[in-house]
This record gives sequence, C-alpha cells and structure tokens, in this order.
Amino acid sequence: MQNSVEIKDLDLQFGAVKVLQNLNLEIGKGEFLVLLGSSGCGKSTLLNCIAGLLDVSGGQIHINDRNVTWAEPSDRGIGMVFQSYALYPQMTVEGNLSFGLKNAKLPKPEIAKRVKHASEVLQIEPLLKRKPAALSGGQRQRVAIGRALVRDVDVFLFDEPLSNLDAKLRADLRVEIKRLHHKLQNTMIYVTHDQIEAMTLADRIAIMRGGQIMQLGSPDEIYGRPINKYVADFIGSPSMNFLEGNIQNGTFEVGELSIPLDGYEFGDAGAATEGAATMGIRPEHVVTGELVESTPFQVDVEVNLIEPTGSDTLVDCEVAGQHFRVRMDGQSRVSVGEKLRLGFAPARVSLFDSKTELRL
Amino acid sequence: MSSTRPNQLFRNKSAKIAAIPMIVTALLVFVGGTIWTVVYSFTNSGLLPRLQWVGLDQYERLWTTRKWLVSIENLAIYGLCMLVLVFVIGFILAALIDQKIRFEDTIRTVILYPYALSFVVTGLVWQWMLNPEFGVQKVVRGWGWESFTFDPLYSADIAIYGVLIAGIWQGSGLVMVLMLAGLRGIDQDVWKASRVDGIPTWKAYIFVIIPMMRPVFVTTLVIVVTGIVKIYDLIVAQTGGGPGISTEVPAKYVYDMMFQANNLGQGFAASTMMLVTVALIVIPWAILEFGGSKHRD
Amino acid sequence: MIDITSAPLTGPQGPKPRKSFSRRNIFLYGTLITIALFYALPLYVMFITSLKGMPEIRLGNVFSPPLEVTFQPWVKAWSEACTGLTCNGLSTGFWNSVQITIPSVVLSIIIASVNGYALSNWKFKGADAFFTILIFGAFIPYQVMLYPIVIMLREVGLYGSLGGLVLVHTVFGMPILTLLFRNYFTSLPEELFKAARVDGAGFWAIYAKVMVPMSLPIFTVAVILQVTGIWNDFLFGVVYTSPDNYPMTVSLNNIVNSTQGVKEYNVNMAATILTGLVPLSIYFVSGRLFVRGIAAGAVKG
Repeated sequence: MQNSVEIKDLDLQFGAVKVLQNLNLEIGKGEFLVLLGSSGCGKSTLLNCIAGLLDVSGGQIHINDRNVTWAEPSDRGIGMVFQSYALYPQMTVEGNLSFGLKNAKLPKPEIAKRVKHASEVLQIEPLLKRKPAALSGGQRQRVAIGRALVRDVDVFLFDEPLSNLDAKLRADLRVEIKRLHHKLQNTMIYVTHDQIEAMTLADRIAIMRGGQIMQLGSPDEIYGRPINKYVADFIGSPSMNFLEGNIQNGTFEVGELSIPLDGYEFGDAGAATEGAATMGIRPEHVVTGELVESTPFQVDVEVNLIEPTGSDTLVDCEVAGQHFRVRMDGQSRVSVGEKLRLGFAPARVSLFDSKTELRL
Repeated sequence: MSSTRPNQLFRNKSAKIAAIPMIVTALLVFVGGTIWTVVYSFTNSGLLPRLQWVGLDQYERLWTTRKWLVSIENLAIYGLCMLVLVFVIGFILAALIDQKIRFEDTIRTVILYPYALSFVVTGLVWQWMLNPEFGVQKVVRGWGWESFTFDPLYSADIAIYGVLIAGIWQGSGLVMVLMLAGLRGIDQDVWKASRVDGIPTWKAYIFVIIPMMRPVFVTTLVIVVTGIVKIYDLIVAQTGGGPGISTEVPAKYVYDMMFQANNLGQGFAASTMMLVTVALIVIPWAILEFGGSKHRD
Repeated sequence: MIDITSAPLTGPQGPKPRKSFSRRNIFLYGTLITIALFYALPLYVMFITSLKGMPEIRLGNVFSPPLEVTFQPWVKAWSEACTGLTCNGLSTGFWNSVQITIPSVVLSIIIASVNGYALSNWKFKGADAFFTILIFGAFIPYQVMLYPIVIMLREVGLYGSLGGLVLVHTVFGMPILTLLFRNYFTSLPEELFKAARVDGAGFWAIYAKVMVPMSLPIFTVAVILQVTGIWNDFLFGVVYTSPDNYPMTVSLNNIVNSTQGVKEYNVNMAATILTGLVPLSIYFVSGRLFVRGIAAGAVKG
C-alpha cells in the first residue's frame, strides 16, 4: 500500500530544547492515525510540522510521495481542524468555506459545487447563512471540518478537535468523525490526549512521550501488549496494577507469592530473563466470583476500599503488600474488610524489566 | 428571625462613607457643574455670572463669530486628519511589531515616549522644529532644494497642519499600543487556519483580523476623539492660536472668552457646544456597547 | 521505540532556507527603524539645541550637533529666565509642580482605591448608578465644568492656591482611577475577602490588611498614570492658580512664548527638557508598567 504521509528522521529544536527527536513514521493511504500522549509530549508539535506551520530543524516530510519539507501549508495537500475551531468570526459559514477557494481563484461554479458537497456531507446546509457566533460548539466544529473538506485534499489533520466540547457532545462528534472517515476514506492524522477517542477512532495509535514515539500499533496491540511500562500505564482506565518482584526459574516471585509464568508470551529479548521485574495486570482482567477457580493463579485478599460507579465496582486491596485494584461487576456485593478470592491468567499480564521498563 | 430589620440606610455604613467623595464628585461637580454651565449659557453673563435670560442669544452670537467658526473648522480638519492618520500609522506600526521582531521593547519605547510628554513640551519642541529660519525648512534648503517652503506656523492656510504633525507625533504611540494589545488578543489558531487556506498575510489582516478587532477599534476611536475635542495646551504652546486666528480651537475660544474677554456667556455657550459634540459621539457608543448587553449570552 | 534503518536523505530537508536579508525583513526593519528615527528626532533636537550657544544656533540648523557644548542655557532656564514679570527661571514652577503633584497623587489614589474597593466588594443601592455618572463625567470636556469649579473654590477660599489645584486634580482623577481599582479588585479571588469577613474583619481592616498588600502592581500603575497626567497638566494650572503658584508647564509656556525681544532658543529648549524630565524619567524607568497603565485606563466598562 502506498504511503500517504512519510516522516523521516524529523528533528525539531526550540533553542536548546529538543522537542522532537529522530522521528520516523509511515502512514498509509486512508489510514486513521492517532497521535496520543499527555501535554508536552510533542504530538501537537508534530502535527504542526506535518502541516507546515512549524519549520523543522532536520529531516523530511513527504505527503503523497512529494517532498513537502519546504512547502507552504496551503501547498501540501492538507486540511486542518483546530481545537478552537478558528473559524473566521465575521464571515458566514458559507464565507468561511469559500474564503480559501476564492483566494485560490477557483471558478465560481467549482466553489459552489464544493461548498454544496461539504455542507451535505456534514449536514450544515441550513447553517450556511449564519455567522459562527450563532452556532453551537458541535456545529462550529462541523464547519471547521467542512473548511478542510472543501480543499479537496487527501490528508486531514485534527488538532484535539473535541477538547473544547462537553462530554456528551464529544461522544456524539466522535461517532460522526468515525462515520466521516468511513465515508470519505481520507488519510486522517488525529491528535488527542483522550485515550477513549484514540482507542475508538484509530486504525493505529502512536503513543508519544518526550518527542519520541513510544509505540506504534493497533489499539489491540497497544492495549494487550504495551511495549513499555509508560504505555501500559497510560492506556486503560482505571490504570494497570504494577507488582514489583523477581523472575526466577519461570516464576514471578513477589512477597510470599510465586506466580507461574506458563502461557506468557515472552518477546525475543525477554525469554531468558532472571531478576527484578514488574508485573502489570489490568483491573478488568482480574476474575472474581464463580469463575475464579478456573484461573491458573489465585490469591486471597482483604477488601480495603470500595468505589461503586454503577456499571462497575472498583475494589482496592493489597496483593503481597502492594496496592492492587480490581474491577468487579456493578451488581457484586462486597463490603470493606471482607475476604475476596482473586484469579488471573499469566497469559494476559505484561512483564517489564524493572530497570529498562521494557516489555519482556 | 428578629422582629426589627436593620435600617437599610445603615447597612454597609463604612462602604457608603468611603464612597462619599465619589458621590459628591459625581453629583456636585460633574452633574451640577455641567447643568450650571448649560443653564448660564442662556444668560447675559459678562465678567461675572448674571442670571439674566437672553434665550439663544449667546448661541446666535457664537455661530456668527468668525473666530468661533474658524475654531470649529480647525477642529474638524485637525480631528479628521488626526483620526485617520493616527489610526493608519498606529495600526501599521502595531502590525509590523506583531511580526515577532527583535528589539520590540526598544522600538516601542521610542515610539511611545512622546505620549509621556506634556502637550506644552510637544508644542514647543515642534514650534522650534518647524521654525523656518533654523528648522526643517532651512535643513531641506541646505540640501539643495532652495525653494522649499515649509513654514506652517507662519502661513495661515496650512498652520493647522503644523499642529497636526505635532499631534500625530504625540498620539500615535498610544494607538499603536492599544492596537498591539488587540492584535495579541487574536486567537493564534485563526492565523494558522488562514495559512492552511493559503491566504496571504495582507489579505488576512484586511478580511479577517481587522474585522475581529472591532471592539478595540471602537474603544480607541472614543479615546482619540475625546482627546481631540479637548485640544488646548498644544495650540497655546505651539502657535498661540495664530498666525492670526488660523489655529484657534474651541477649547481655546472658551478659555479666552471666560478669562480674558470677560464674556462668560459666550464661554458657557461655547463649552456647551463642545459638550454637545462629545455627547453626539459618546452616547451612541455607550448605547452600542452597553445597551445591547441584555441580548448577549 | 521505532527503529527504522534509513538511507541518507536526499532533497529538501531540515529548516527552510531563509535569507537573513529577505525582502520582507528589509522592508520590516527598514520601515520600523526609519519611523523610530522620526520619533526620536525631536528629542535629539531638544538636547543639542539646549547645549549650544546662541551664536552657534544662528549659524547652524536644528539638526547640527553642538561644536561647543555649554550648560549655560540650562542654568539660565532654571534660575534666571523670565516668566512674565519675575525672572526666577523654572525653579519656582518646579517646586510648585512638586507641591501640586505629590498631594494630588496621594489623595486621588487613596480615595479612588477605597472607592474601587467599595464598589467591587460592598455592593449597596445606588452604587453602580453613581459610578456610571462618574464614568460619564470622565468624557465631559473640562471646559464645561471650568467656571463652576472656580466659583466653588472661591467659596472655600482656595481659588488661586496650590491646595485648590490639588483638590481639582483629585476630583478629575477619580473616574479613571476608580475604574482601574474597581476592575482590579474585582479580579482578585473573592475567597480572600470572604475568609477575612468570616474572621471578623470590617471594611477598613480588610482594605488595609488584605486588599492593599495584594495590589502593589496596580498602585504603581496608578501612580505612574497620575504623576504623568498631573505633572503634564496645563489647563487647570493656568485657570486655578495665581502666578506665584504656577506649575512648571505654565512657567515653561511663559518663558518661551511671552518673552519680548531676542528669543533665546537654547534656553527655551533647556527649559522644555527640564519640564519634560520628570515624566520622561518615569516613563523610561517604568517601561511595561506604563504601557499597562494606559492600556488599563483605556479599557472602559
């Protein structure tokens, strides 16, 4: 499959601060790629570099097999949607959509055609004569997407477009963006700090930290086989439990417990490891109740704290003296001080080297 | 619930006492003084105020006095030119500085310092600069352009433009500062969006940015205009109203009538006219800005 | 971490080549520097004129630098120049200005800050109405209130005295300063105020112990605004004081514009600089605070 966007050896420095370091990334045609990370990881910066709004310090950017490293944003074949929508406040929706096209001296019929098409796809036809101030947040965001749509480009860039909206609107628009991608099949590069958005929208997720990509993979891979402790901790809510212990002879020793590691898929590097390691177990992968007996490993714990959320009940306890959380069904009846039996399968855990924090 | 409610008048006693100066000023000086002057403009006051009604006599005399008419004309010319030029210059300077240049502080310091000076100082220094014997005229002639004439302060037709130069020098720094603050308040994402759309910078300014800065423009307009109407010190210092009466302005007319010509009635009428002018600008603006607040979110 | 071995890159890479002396930069800096020079010119002219002897002035033009530097014009401007009937130079005017400015600034700021504080934290009936009148009053041309104030000052016996002028400046400083302080106090977190009230503090105690200590920047801005405005005033000075009490600006104007006979341009310029020295120094020292002051004064309502 031909690559839509290629980023080669990208470096970006502001003065002495290295914001992006030796970044390499290939994004396929029609792919929905999400750049995920917390504030300051460089995801927005990377997007701005792809857009051409920031000058890079080293490396190249290719879009559709063209080297656009020195090209102006409007010549790169991209459209961009911003967090604050950035609509031209004094123009109508129609004006907003057509301003760039008029500037490019496109013939009037062509402009009208594109505006009509975009407003149909995004269902903003009734809004064409209104000004941004008279629109709701969701409508404004659709106009912002429309502005990118009329440019008739292959690559769409989204810079945290839903962060300014309230939770319900965010959920609704998320679905719309997914439908849009399905319909248009354009390449979309999407920046967010919200893992739910990332997991639900992405074909692949690039988790970024400190200007570098920690892991690039499908949502399943990132969720199920996180490449290091940071990724493992970042994805998943409530976050993964971590037990500090030792691997000896194929078992994980933590406190008084010996957890057998049969069934765990070691990576190439980690197969013969001995020594200090961290075991990561997701709260939702811990089994309680009737099914406990069928799990390979079981342990008894005492309930310290209960957090009922309606759909789930989060239980705080301790395993081998270390803090541990378990997710149980919302219907479960547990009380503080009660004894609980937990079970889990080593095949589903993640093991990390204590020093390097890499997956074993 | 107690059966007696504390007397409303004594609630927030300290606050009310503290606000007394403000209340006294507002009522006595601003409201009272203005009303008094307007009332007495309908009298025949000379050296001292006299409560002798003469209806619109003072106003008739006012509008047939050549000196007053020249004052109004000068104010109109000065006002219009000053307004346009100070906005254009101020905005262009602000736009240039907003291009992320180095030495921004230095440049701003140099352009703004005239604003820290008194109008008297400004007027006197420009009187000297425009001196035909030693000033700009002599310098340009010294460069070889023998017949160059630039003595605005000595030729009646263009004298007001000499004052205009001084006024612009003094006031454009203020406009620049206000415009710059306005520019800095623009959402940076809008700039980015216009770059992605391929809009050239100058077009972005005209079609996107300036329309977005409407509130700043309006505020600056009101400030500049209210300043222009009051102009007095500058004239007194730079030209004394001359040559002849070619740089007379309303504020000077008022002062001269009240304190030199012993004609309080004319002074009151003239100052009332000044008030009317200001009201014509400020009241619509106030309604625009604050009257519509009920309709905002 | 992604590890892709890649061949060395060919073609455009890295930062876009930018010429330091691009057309854009030349235009930008060229325009700004030219304009800045135009603005600096009068200051330069003021200084060099004041340092020349009269013969040199007659021979040269306003832009030529002094061949022989002399401070005689400065001395004369300060102590010997004639302001009307007396020939004591600017010194009297200077001290008058000092005596006018300091009490005016102190008084107007105290009153306005207390007012602003009362308006922002202690709403009472009619407060906003009075405040609106005050603000509208700021727009009224002074000329309209000139004479009534003369009458009022005469009634209390302050007409012609420094005290009268101080009162006038205090009154006219109130609208903008009250607005300034009110806006500032409104922006302070309300919890502080509420906590102090819960602790039992009253109106004045909260003002002195909570509000003032937190407001140093705004007080500085207010001082800058007032000192500059009052020192530079001319109209009120000439209307409300008698010749002994003229502020520096009035003396200056008299020295330059009402001298009969030979005009001593160097003395005039020296006098002009001396008058402008105080606000200019404040301006150059306060820098950004000055800007903040005029921006704040400009934001009405």
